[in-house]
Amino acid sequence: MDEEMVRIYIMGKEYKVPGNLTILTAMEYAGYQVKRGAGCREGFCGACATVYRMKDDYKLKADLACQTKVEDGMYLAQLPFVPAQKSIYDINKLKPEVGTFQEIYPENFKCVSCNTCTKACPQDIEVMDYVQAIVRGDIKKAADISFDCIMCGLCALRCPAEISQYNAGILARRLYGKYLAPRAKHTRKRIEELERGMWEDEVNKLMKISKKELKEKYKSRDKEA
Amino acid sequence: MAMKGGYTDKMWDSIKKVEATRKSRLGKQQPSMSLEEGEKLLKKYHPDYKKGNTRKIKIGPSKGDPVVQEVANLLEAYPRIDPEKIDLSRVDYKTDVLVIGGGGAGTSAALLTCENGVHVTIATKLRLGDANTMMAQGGIQAADKENDSPAIHYLDVIGGGHFDNKPELVKALVMDAPRIIGWLEDLGMMFDREEDGTMITRHGGGTSRKRMHSARDYTGGEIMKTLRDEALNNPKGIEIIEFSPAVELLLDKDGKTCGAILFNLETEEYLTVESKAVIITTGGFGRLHIQKFPTTNHYGATADGLVLGYRAGAKLAFLDTVQYHPTGAAYPEQIVGQLVTEKIRSAGAEPVNVHGEQFVYPLEPRDIEAAALIREVERGNGMETPTGMKGIWLDTPLIEMKEGKGSIEKNFPAMFRQNMRFDINMAKTPILIYPTLHYQNGGMEISSDCSTSVPGLYVAGETSGGVHGRNRLMGNSLLDVLVFGQRAGKAASKYVKGVSPGKPTLKHVRKYIKDLEKTDIPKDRIAPMVLPDYTRGETKKRQLTSHYLGTLR
Repeated sequence: MDEEMVRIYIMGKEYKVPGNLTILTAMEYAGYQVKRGAGCREGFCGACATVYRMKDDYKLKADLACQTKVEDGMYLAQLPFVPAQKSIYDINKLKPEVGTFQEIYPENFKCVSCNTCTKACPQDIEVMDYVQAIVRGDIKKAADISFDCIMCGLCALRCPAEISQYNAGILARRLYGKYLAPRAKHTRKRIEELERGMWEDEVNKLMKISKKELKEKYKSRDKEA
Repeated sequence: MAMKGGYTDKMWDSIKKVEATRKSRLGKQQPSMSLEEGEKLLKKYHPDYKKGNTRKIKIGPSKGDPVVQEVANLLEAYPRIDPEKIDLSRVDYKTDVLVIGGGGAGTSAALLTCENGVHVTIATKLRLGDANTMMAQGGIQAADKENDSPAIHYLDVIGGGHFDNKPELVKALVMDAPRIIGWLEDLGMMFDREEDGTMITRHGGGTSRKRMHSARDYTGGEIMKTLRDEALNNPKGIEIIEFSPAVELLLDKDGKTCGAILFNLETEEYLTVESKAVIITTGGFGRLHIQKFPTTNHYGATADGLVLGYRAGAKLAFLDTVQYHPTGAAYPEQIVGQLVTEKIRSAGAEPVNVHGEQFVYPLEPRDIEAAALIREVERGNGMETPTGMKGIWLDTPLIEMKEGKGSIEKNFPAMFRQNMRFDINMAKTPILIYPTLHYQNGGMEISSDCSTSVPGLYVAGETSGGVHGRNRLMGNSLLDVLVFGQRAGKAASKYVKGVSPGKPTLKHVRKYIKDLEKTDIPKDRIAPMVLPDYTRGETKKRQLTSHYLGTLR
């Protein structure tokens, strides 16, 4: 297939790169050896947050360099780091209520509902909605909406109220998971059985038998439908 | 090129065939293979059995053992540093336990060390959490349901690994598993559950019970984010040094581990850490692109820890086997090689060929499933993409027929989002896949407390070997990093209380260099790799005054 070349501007400097590359691979094509700004390269880690705009357009856009195709006329810069504050807390001493956020991340309550965070999110998460859920004390909802957050920090950088949304999001999820979500009774039961040594003998037996016997047992094991 | 719904016309012709057979395939499956059929298939089609895949290592504690070529290139290589130039009298960081690598294993090791009242420092090449753990989508295994038991889990693990796994490690893995799930619950990690709290669990390839616990298709991500948050909440006990890969270990004159040399990627300084024990948790080798395969692995997966540990005397196991994940993306080009979680097949998607026909049981252990997909393409039944790559359809709309409309977007938000970026709606159309380099089955040999043959050196996670034998099952790697990360943290914090190593030396590195000099190994072959080399040859030709040390500029 013929590779159509496009013109991109990395930190303002022009490079011609094949149009089928992502922003990340285009930077490598141009000659950069990336140190900051690349992590999982699959859209899961938030290391490659990138701000860009298109030629002759004033609007700043944000996305992940590893998941975004380059386009002709892209002006881009990668963010090496987001210096937003992450508060220190002991999860065991917190209560799953609005007061916890008022104390730990009070800036959430300055949200002006401008929705800039949502527009900046490369995951298309309704960021403002989860900030508002936190403000209302609806931790379950905040946890649910923020769940797909990869903590790239783009929301925080764009926020006029200087909220660190992604840090509040992980706190909401941990509070929900620890205090509000129903626990798995079967897990606790098995842990207790293991502590009593209940499964020790059966496993020890498997460790001792010959490879041949083990193979027979493996072949004849029944399978849950 | 004419495109509709993300695919070319030629691809649509084949998709129509897939659609035409879909209803008749529903509820029917190819039978799973017997052990014997599986072995036969592997020998003919699995990349591990390709001639010339491995070679015997010429040097070091596992001299004579076969390892894959790309790993041998790292082990048969000169250090980044000249021991004569390093001033070990200057100590830049001091700690009790040094953890090298900040993924799932490293962070759990640090948390357990801290919990035991011992100071710990994590040195990591990229950011804390830049690791394969972050990208694991499908789930984590634990036998915590009524119809399941650690013994059944044990059988699945050891059968999947072709009965070569180290039994004491398998025991540790399956016996600790339920407690690990409980630990994550206590840390506040969110799992997929029923209304009453029961974990929603599914099958993975090669499991005989539904024991895959998940958090949508961000399971590893949510684990990693939770562990990272917890580590950052303990700044007094856990020091974190990012963008500072370790390039060499330090041993005292008796051979006890007592620190490492770090390389500050930004200032390009070499810095010394003094410690009483070291835990290596540097993860796997996907970025070595074994046999030129694309990989699912993160940017830093270059097996650095393996090189350091080997030079210090740690023995290796199972490094002649490599895991190729059956379902890597084969299209569109921008995401080729990236992971398509096995949980997609757990939920009911199945591989079909270019004609829309079934040809394999969808949930074989990974090595067998991958070999079957390769065989189908070699039989001429693959779908060719515009770049000439050939793949197999993974019929995802089946999930919506089985689990209801909207279930893909709800349960696989990451996969759905990724494909929608390229205009592919996987709830309505199949996606194209082909095996991709996924996991380092082997690594440094450990005991069940993660100790190695080198005193004070502990190893956990993907860079260790023996837990999974010759093939790992889905969901046992997230489990592995947490089980053995914890075990390493516990064992190291106990060990450091009774030991005071002497002055750090690089004696073992000097000896390694001497041994290298006796061979014909080229002097410009440098390890650890630190970062993969993605600079084009064209660019390099013009970088006239740049100096490369291995892959690093």
